[in-house]
Amino acid sequence: MINRECGVYQTTYQGDMALYPLPLAKASYGLLLLILLALPLVADSHSMAIVNLIGLAAIGAIGLNILTGYTGQISLGHGAFMMVGSYTAAILSARYEMPFWVGLPAGGAVAAAVGAFFGIPSLRIKGLYLAIATLAAQFIIEWCINHIPWIGGGAQSSIYVPTPTLFGWPFNTEYRRYFMILPICILAYVGAQNLVRSRVGRAFIAIRDRDVAAEIIGVDIFRYKLLAFAVSSFYAGVAGALWTYYLKIANYEHFILSTSISYLAMIIIGGLGSVLGSVFGAVFITLLPIVLVYVVEGIARLFGFTYASIADFLANLRLIIYGGLIILFLAIEPEGLYRMWGNIKRYFRFWPFSY
Amino acid sequence: MFFMDPFFWDLFVNGLLIGSMYALVALGFVLIYKATSVINFAQGDLVMFGGYIAAAGLSLYHLPLWVAAPMMLALMVVLGFAVERGILRPLIGQPAVSVVMVTIGLALVFQGLAAMIWGAATINLPLPIPLKPFIIWEIYLSPINLVAAGLCVGFLIIFVYFFRRSRMGIAMRAVADDQQSAMSVGINVRIVFALSWAIAGLASGIGGIVWGNMLGVDTHLALVGLKVFPAVILGGLDSVPGAVLGGLIVGGVESVAAGYIDPYVGGGTKDFAPFIIMILALMFRPYGFFGREIIERV
Repeated sequence: MINRECGVYQTTYQGDMALYPLPLAKASYGLLLLILLALPLVADSHSMAIVNLIGLAAIGAIGLNILTGYTGQISLGHGAFMMVGSYTAAILSARYEMPFWVGLPAGGAVAAAVGAFFGIPSLRIKGLYLAIATLAAQFIIEWCINHIPWIGGGAQSSIYVPTPTLFGWPFNTEYRRYFMILPICILAYVGAQNLVRSRVGRAFIAIRDRDVAAEIIGVDIFRYKLLAFAVSSFYAGVAGALWTYYLKIANYEHFILSTSISYLAMIIIGGLGSVLGSVFGAVFITLLPIVLVYVVEGIARLFGFTYASIADFLANLRLIIYGGLIILFLAIEPEGLYRMWGNIKRYFRFWPFSY
Repeated sequence: MFFMDPFFWDLFVNGLLIGSMYALVALGFVLIYKATSVINFAQGDLVMFGGYIAAAGLSLYHLPLWVAAPMMLALMVVLGFAVERGILRPLIGQPAVSVVMVTIGLALVFQGLAAMIWGAATINLPLPIPLKPFIIWEIYLSPINLVAAGLCVGFLIIFVYFFRRSRMGIAMRAVADDQQSAMSVGINVRIVFALSWAIAGLASGIGGIVWGNMLGVDTHLALVGLKVFPAVILGGLDSVPGAVLGGLIVGGVESVAAGYIDPYVGGGTKDFAPFIIMILALMFRPYGFFGREIIERV
């Protein structure tokens, strides 16, 4: 991933499909893991919070990329599936006093079931029609959570959950919560990498590239489409549940339509059909507003404006830059940051003889 | 029986009037889809933008209505042209998800721009229409709803005439039918693409005036665009009469559902009922009432 790749002369299919194409790759993954583990030693609490947000976003983005990037089914309801996971975890932990390691997979499982149900129309409709159907899923789930008191917890539709603990070790600071999020993030990443190079992943890609051809070579389209919806929603559910334990509150406002859109933006800017790209996209979209605030505030200070006077301007500028970036990426680099990363790597592979 | 109940008819008739306003917005949407196969998620934002220009002209710059309205419509036509030429045309041939995302990106840009130029506070869009409702058999009809419905019907008639009789309208129908054959008989497909966006801009502009007068103009006006989806799915994505019928059904259903169900669940039925119908339509008749049926078999 981050090492210089050269001398990749695979002679077997196994070698070609391997997770680590070179021994060096293993080493570079190990190094990356060490860096991630050592991060809390150097970062302050504020930057840890940003890192945690990136981790949460990455899990959801990987899930959406499995559905949209690999299987080619557009989903505008990803936020709703996160909402399902979030409220499932909150209900289990707040009302039935379940620990968070029960709530997480349960949130994922319930979201997977709901996601598969809303994936049923994908048997008959595809492409643009499906995008609209998933839009309906977003509204219907949001309405149900808001109007059924048993699910939404009545007024404001918020459920508070206790601080998650593991073996008597509470996750109550940003540093500790980092170690709650990091393992799940790594699991999600490795799981997705393995999924997309397996038989199931190849079936997904076949459906994306040409569904009729996939059916002819024996891929059961309906089964695999539903599976893609279920897997993607499982990721969404886990991410939503993790949000709940991270914020210690489940609230639907974190998972509205604009959330679904920002996850779509992540995978498009990061790179459709790439697990690493989803992580890039999550980093980019999470950092964008933060960096924007720093930059614009800095410029405003130079001219003697206060933060309060530019807050409105900032919010609108963020929307414009956000939308503009989506359009720009689609027009100029449709394969996203992942492709740019590949270009950089290719440049250095042949460096200094890059012709 | 409920259909003897004036309450039902009050809801239903007012719903239909609102529905005709949905139909107008849906019309622009269908037009773009028919000619260019683009699902335009920025339709509601075009409506909002039209509303903003009109409201700013009337309330902020104090222009008379007969200046502000034509100016706004002209600007919306130019905006439609610009969007097609600058943003959508380079993306011809890209996968569906890219095109959908571009229109979503456009929607975000429109919202940010509108709020940046004219401020986030709600602006009034005053029209010289009396407020006192007509009452016919216990049905309350507010004049603005009638005027809006009248505007919508008028626009629809002009529109149908344009499509049936004018040279350009027939060319547009030909392109919607089969792009390659249309090209081979010498129709300029690029102009048709641009024109369909321009007309969609015009329809959104009229929608912006009537919706803006009813709801007040702020960025929430763009939410009107979301109701377009149930309407067009119900009627068929590529059918103009379908869009009108779909809009009327959505208006009627949401009004009646809100009237009867809201007291039990505490509101919000209006934003929810149309999507239930839409899911049912997608499951049983995905091409809608009049949509072209695409059959794919191996």
